[in-house]
Parts: sequence; structure tokens; C-alpha cells
Amino acid sequence: MTTKRSSPLVTALRQGAIAGGVAVLLTLMGMVEAFNERDIVQGVISLGILLLVAIYVVFGSTTARTLPETRASVRLGASALAGAIGELFLVGLVILGQQVNLRPVFPNASPELWELLQFGLSAPQSYLAMLSFGAVFGALGAGLTLVSRRYRGPVIVGVVCVVLIGLLDDLIGITIASNPMFATSPVVDTISQFFFAQGVESGLSKAGAMVVFLVASVLAYQWPSLRRGARSRTQAMPAGRQHTLALGLYGLFVVILLILPNFLGPYLTDVSNSVMIFTLMALGLNIVVGFAGLLDLGYVAFFAIGAYTMGVLTTTAVGAESGQIVWGPGLTFWSALPFAVLFSLTAGVLLGIPVLRMRGDYLAIVTLGFGEIVRILALSDALKPYTGGSQGIVEPAIPTLGRLTASLSSQGLYYYLLLACVGLVIFVAIRLRDSRQGRSWMAVREDEDVAQAMGVRLVSTKLLAFASGAAMAGLAGAVFASKVGSIYPNSFDLLKSINVLAIVIVGGMGSIPGVILGSLVLFGLPELLREFSEYRYFVFGAVLVAMMLTRPEGLWPSSKRKQELHETFGPESEPRSQVLTTPGGAGSE
Amino acid sequence: MRRFFERYDLVDVIMWLIAATILIAALLGSIKTIQSGKYSPATWVDLGISGLTQGSVYALIALGYTMVYGVLRMINFAHSEVFMSGAFIGYFAATWMAASGFMERNPLLGLILLFLVAALTSVTIAVLLERIAYRRLRRAPRLVPLITAIGASLFLQYMFRGLFGSQVRSYPPMPGLEGAISLPGGVEIEYVQILVIVAAALMMLVLYLFTQRTRAGLALRAVSEDKDVAALMGIDVDATIVRTFVIGGAFAGMAGVLYALIYRQVTFYMGFVPGIKAFTAAVLGGIGNLPGAMLGGLTLGVTESVGTILFLDGYGVPAPYQLKDGIAFVVLVLILILRPTGILGERLSRTKA
Repeated sequence: MTTKRSSPLVTALRQGAIAGGVAVLLTLMGMVEAFNERDIVQGVISLGILLLVAIYVVFGSTTARTLPETRASVRLGASALAGAIGELFLVGLVILGQQVNLRPVFPNASPELWELLQFGLSAPQSYLAMLSFGAVFGALGAGLTLVSRRYRGPVIVGVVCVVLIGLLDDLIGITIASNPMFATSPVVDTISQFFFAQGVESGLSKAGAMVVFLVASVLAYQWPSLRRGARSRTQAMPAGRQHTLALGLYGLFVVILLILPNFLGPYLTDVSNSVMIFTLMALGLNIVVGFAGLLDLGYVAFFAIGAYTMGVLTTTAVGAESGQIVWGPGLTFWSALPFAVLFSLTAGVLLGIPVLRMRGDYLAIVTLGFGEIVRILALSDALKPYTGGSQGIVEPAIPTLGRLTASLSSQGLYYYLLLACVGLVIFVAIRLRDSRQGRSWMAVREDEDVAQAMGVRLVSTKLLAFASGAAMAGLAGAVFASKVGSIYPNSFDLLKSINVLAIVIVGGMGSIPGVILGSLVLFGLPELLREFSEYRYFVFGAVLVAMMLTRPEGLWPSSKRKQELHETFGPESEPRSQVLTTPGGAGSE
Repeated sequence: MRRFFERYDLVDVIMWLIAATILIAALLGSIKTIQSGKYSPATWVDLGISGLTQGSVYALIALGYTMVYGVLRMINFAHSEVFMSGAFIGYFAATWMAASGFMERNPLLGLILLFLVAALTSVTIAVLLERIAYRRLRRAPRLVPLITAIGASLFLQYMFRGLFGSQVRSYPPMPGLEGAISLPGGVEIEYVQILVIVAAALMMLVLYLFTQRTRAGLALRAVSEDKDVAALMGIDVDATIVRTFVIGGAFAGMAGVLYALIYRQVTFYMGFVPGIKAFTAAVLGGIGNLPGAMLGGLTLGVTESVGTILFLDGYGVPAPYQLKDGIAFVVLVLILILRPTGILGERLSRTKA
């Protein structure tokens, strides 16, 4: 941040203090202890210790990178010092915690936590062990900055693969066990015995971890040359064959998606269904926020309207008895679906009209208010005969297509339904993006006044963005209602809107592949790590802030959006924006 | 037909129709409620006083929104968490003082200390927010700081939940604040309500004097007028912005204690609803305008408290108080349609939000 040059000692002290603060915070929040339940590599490292390691590695490398000094020994020394200072905070915390009972204030400050932080050692040695632990990993962070990029990337990829596979070990086990093809095969059995440690949530075995690391990092090391080779070979082909190859690859991808539920097992299929519902919503919000630049914080309202429409129109639990709604025509899923989409779309237009004149911040708050009003109304006694109040609506209809769907399991049924919906919505979103309408949206996003001056009709442009986003959310809501089997007002709170917004932002605003990636990372992964759900929104918040500060364009950005975001990014990035944009402005691409 | 639409902007017509419908509905509801004679005049006065109390708290929080909006042109979404943090850490101070008997011995000093602790906590959080999250984004496109603020809000909320647990914690009873004064006509004013209204009024007076009569206040006004010109005039813009966050944080922290004294409990998500209401209050009064925030807060508090029953009870809506939180949002939408500059409005019409 500051351009002042500071001595290695001061830098190390500052970075170490920040690292210590972060470590103390995460420890007192109970993250280290909760994560410690999960082994990554059995007997070597748990997720909790890995969290601390990650802190020291990150701040160690930051220390090394911010130093003007380039000598390796100085960098390593300063980073080791930073790590040790970070751990010094934890030593202080342990000593304090053993003298004073902190639990009335911090419920997580238990004696087990102190024992864990001391690595199970007794007092004097353990402090030394803790400090050297910090120093070693701080220095490791600096070490990473010293090796060339060519090697650093593969090492990181290898570690990430080990962590992911170690984390998801039980899931892999369940998936194998639930598949009749694998469960009885002796070969699969031997392989999984080699890779995974015995016991519940015990992670990889030592040998397994080594193999995973080696394979992943060698592949990552070879990846650039492999890709170059493949590219030059395809470019050498005649155009017709290139086309066939691309079609074939797409076809293969579709076939994989179609047969996937057979391999995933019921649990993973269910998780992918939830991910796809969020993908549907995120694709819709991507039109509103990503394409048209209208920040909508009440997006969940349209999802709720879709779900409630489906619920009210199809539920069979109708009657005047307590907890049941008084009116419901009992339609089938397919005849209610168009209404769900249509009602959400109408709600999108209705919300759109009063907010047409608002921009940015005001829009965000008013849409947030709209989302809350929908939830409050659904929850209130005033509408109880129609929405069921806090008891909600049960037993919405299940989609059926005669003999075609009868052979499918419930998860499989929704999998194919949702896959079809996602495919359709992606197609619509791409066509919209590349249409005249899509260009109008992007013009409005970049500068409303200029867009209007260029003949873009603001009213219809904005309303169409709201309407199409709302329709997609309505579709998602309708399927969600049917899949979950019950609709409660509290499933539609602000956090859901923020969850979808985070998917769009982290994936990359305005980028369709980005949104899909975002929903896998921000919804699929937390769904698989359900036991840590307490920390989900904490991590979301941190990710949103970090993303905006360092990479506002998202993980998989659309090229246009990236340009816009770096155009006006402060005076210090002037040279960069010169490279990215021509003097003609953003429209000249 | 098209020419007709171009002359009379259709959107304006629709918006005015929406606004008119809501206003007429509210008016008819009020007439019906009053005719029904279900409520005595004393009930209305009681509701009005509790609305004023609530509104004073909104006003104090709204000042933070409005001041930050003035200097940075952004909605500090995390301000509701600044408010929450003050109330939350205040809880620990209050229980500690109550347990050690300090509160019993010096109730006034204890109360002042409680305010100080809460204000300090909130100021720390507000300043850290500015330093870590917002400072680097001053020249970023508008959506970027807004999303950062939403992220920071989420982060702070769940940080408090992780650190202190998710249970609802109850404030200890404050000596001297129990009980109420009975006025003729059956009206009762609780001591807490008096404390809240008086404290809020005093704080606002201090702030008003600060902004109008001191050099630092002048600098603050200059920066919210135009940052670049203010910098040319030799004003340290960074320091002024930090000062804004300090004042906003201190007010939010003290508002947190007042809020906790009314409702007697704190949780990690307690900031959200008052935060949104306070923002509405800031817009209602005219964002960027200090007296406006105060007026907006009081107006919103009373509308919410009295209006919920006045507008809805006549229609026979069951349990109208459940819709109380909805009223604030309807008011916000109405204001933005009818008078986007707010009651004491200025500035909003000129800025490009």
C-alpha cells in the first residue's frame, strides 16, 4: 500500500503482527479446533493445523515480496521472524487462557484448544515448538517467492490436490460404496486401501498423499507444453476437422453430464441438484448485475415468488384445517411451471418500474427492501390463508413424464430436469448477451447517460433485464419448491440473495462460465463441507472483500468487464489501463 | 399513441399512480381505524413516545450513514455491524460492572463508562474498515466499494458470531432505569425512553455545533462538498475521512447501547434491521444532510410505531405489528418516488448514484 521503504525488521514485525491477529481471531472463533477434526493426511496434518500453516505461509511470502531487499537470506530471515511473531501471539493467548477463564466471553476458549495449539506438549518446550512452527512456515512462504514460477505453480497445484482429496475422502468412499459397479471390485478396493487411511474422516494415507502430490504436480508442470502441443496439432488440421473435433468434444461433455448420476450416487446427485438450482439463479442475477450493472439485493424475492406459485398451485394439502392453506387448485407440476415463471417475470417488471430512476446504492437498498417485504408478507398472519404463514406450504407436485420418468430415482429425476433447465437458461443467456439487447445492457452498465444519448431506451432495457433475471429465478424457485417438498418463508432471506450475488461476483460479473464456476466453488464446496457451515458466511464475507480489493473482475472474467474495472482503477494503475484500453474508450473493441 | 407516451413519461405516471394508491390506502385505513374507536388517545401518545425513542436511535445511526455518504458517496453497508459491535461489547462491560457491584454503587459513572466502551469498540471497527477495505477503493467503479461493504458486513456479523457464540445475550438490569413516570391521562413514560431521547438530542446538538463551529467541522463540510478542491485548499482529506468514520462509529456505538437498553438483549445479527431503518431515515431526511438524518430518524420511528396500527388496523389486518418492518421499506420507496431529495433534501439530485 505505502510506497515508503521500510527495513526488513519493521516489515517482519508488521506482517507478523497482522498474521498473529488473524491467527488469534481464527483460533478464538473455533475454526482451528473445528477444522482439526478433519485429517488431511493421517497422522501428519489436520485441516486445523493446515489453517495456521496457511496463515504463516501467506504472510511469510507477503513479507518477502514487500521487502525491497532481494538477498535470499534476508528474505528468509524476515519471513521466519514474521511467522514466529505471529505464533508469539498464540503463545500469549495460550498463557493468558491458562491463567484466566476466557470462556464466559469466548465460548471456544477451551483447555482442549490450548492443548491443540501447544501440539500436546507441556509448557516450556511447547512454546519453543510453537515459535519454531511459525518460523519454519513463514520461511517456507518466503521460499516459495524465491523459486521460479515454473516450479512454484506445480507445487501449489500438488498441495491443493492433496488437500482437496484428503478433505473429500469420506465422500469418495461413500460414492464408491454406493455404486454397485465399484463396491464389489477387488481392484477398486485395493486402490482405495492404498490411498485412504482407515477410519472416518481420516484423510489420505501417507503413501497416498505422496502419490497424489507427485502426479498432480508433474501434470501441472507438463500442462503448458501439453496444451501447446494439442493446440498446434488442432491448428494444423483442416477447418472442417477442427469443427468436427470441437463438436465431438462438446458431445462427449454432454454425454458425461447425462450419465453422471449413475456414478455420483444419491448424495452427490442431490448436491449437484442444489448447485444447479443456484446456478439457475446466478445466471439470472448475472443478467441483472453482470450484464446491466443493476445491483439487486432482493433477488431472492423472485425465487420465492416462483416457489410459492408452484406451492400454492400444486399442493394437495388444501383445506381449512390448521396449518393448511385455504385455496389451491391442485395443478400438475408442468401446468404450474409456466405460471411460476410468468408471475416472477411480472414481479420483476413491477419492481423494475419504481426503481427505474435509481442508480447504484439506492437501487441496492430498495431491492433489498423488496426482498424483505416479500418474506415479511409470506410470514405474516395477514396472508396466512394463502401462503401458510410460518408453517409454509407442504407437498407441492412432483414432475412426471409418464414412463420416461418412472424408472428414475427422485434425485435422478431432478438432476435431468435441472440439467435441461440450466442448458436452456445458458442458451438464452448467451443469445441475449450477443443480441442488440445485450449490447444495450452493457452500454447502460458502462455509462447510463452516454447509453441514453446513443439511443438506448433506458426504460425497456432495464425492465427487460429485471424481467429476464426474475423469470430465471422463478424457474429455479419452482423446481426448488418441488424438489425440497415444502416451502417456508425463512428459506428466502437476505443471505440467499447475498449467496447468489457472491457467486456472480466471485465467478466474474457478466461471465457465463464464471457464474457456473462460482456456483461450484461457492455453493458446491460449502455444501460438501456441511459440518463447517457455521463459518460459511464468514468466509463469504472475507472472500467478497478480498476479491474486490485484489481481483474485482472475478475468477473467470468476461473480457469486457475486466477492461471496465481496470479503466478507472486509481491513479497508480494508470500505465496498466493505458495498455488495456485505447484512447477511444471502452466502446472501441 | 407513441407521441402521447413521449410527452407524458409513462414511467412517471405509473410511479405517481403507485404512490397515490399507497397514500390513499393509508389515509382510508387511518380514518377507519380512528372511527373504530378501538384505541384511546393515551395509546396513541404511548405509541408516539415509543416511536420517538426508536426514532432517536435510528437518527444516531443514520448520522453515520449520511456522513460517510457525504464524504465518500457510498453506502457503508457495514455501518449496521459497527452499531452491533458497540452494543455487543457494551454487553460485556455492563455484565462485568453489574456483577462486580460497580453499577449499583455509581450508576451514572457506570452508564458513562458503558457508553465509552461501546463507542471505543465501534470507532475501532469503523476506522479499521476504512483503512483495510474502503481506502483503496476510493477511485474504483461504484459497484466495487458497495460490494466490499456488503462483504465486510457479512464478515463482521459472522466474526462476532464465531467469537462470542450465536446465543441471545440479555443485558443486566440498569439501576435507576427501571420504572416509569405516570402522566395524567394514563400516559406512561419509561425512564429508559427519557434517557434515550435526551441522550440522542444532546449528541446531535454536540455534532451540530462541531460541524458548524469548529475548523475540523468546516473541513468535513468542505470534503463532502468536493474532495479535490478541499485538498487544494490544504485540507488533509485522508484525516478528514478517518474523522468522519470516527464520529459515525462513536455515534453508532452509543446508539447500540441505547438500543440495548431499550430491548435488553444483543445478538450478532441485531444490526441488520436497525441498520436498514437508519439508512431509510437518512434518505428520508435527505442523504448527506445532518439535520435531515435526525429529522428522518424521528419521522421514521413515529411512522413505524403509530402508522403500522393506524394504517392497517382499520382494514382488519390480523397482527399488523408483524408488518412493521415492511412499513419502513414502503416509506423508502415512496420517498424515492415522490421526493428523491428527502425532506430537507439537497445534493442527491446532483450526484450520480
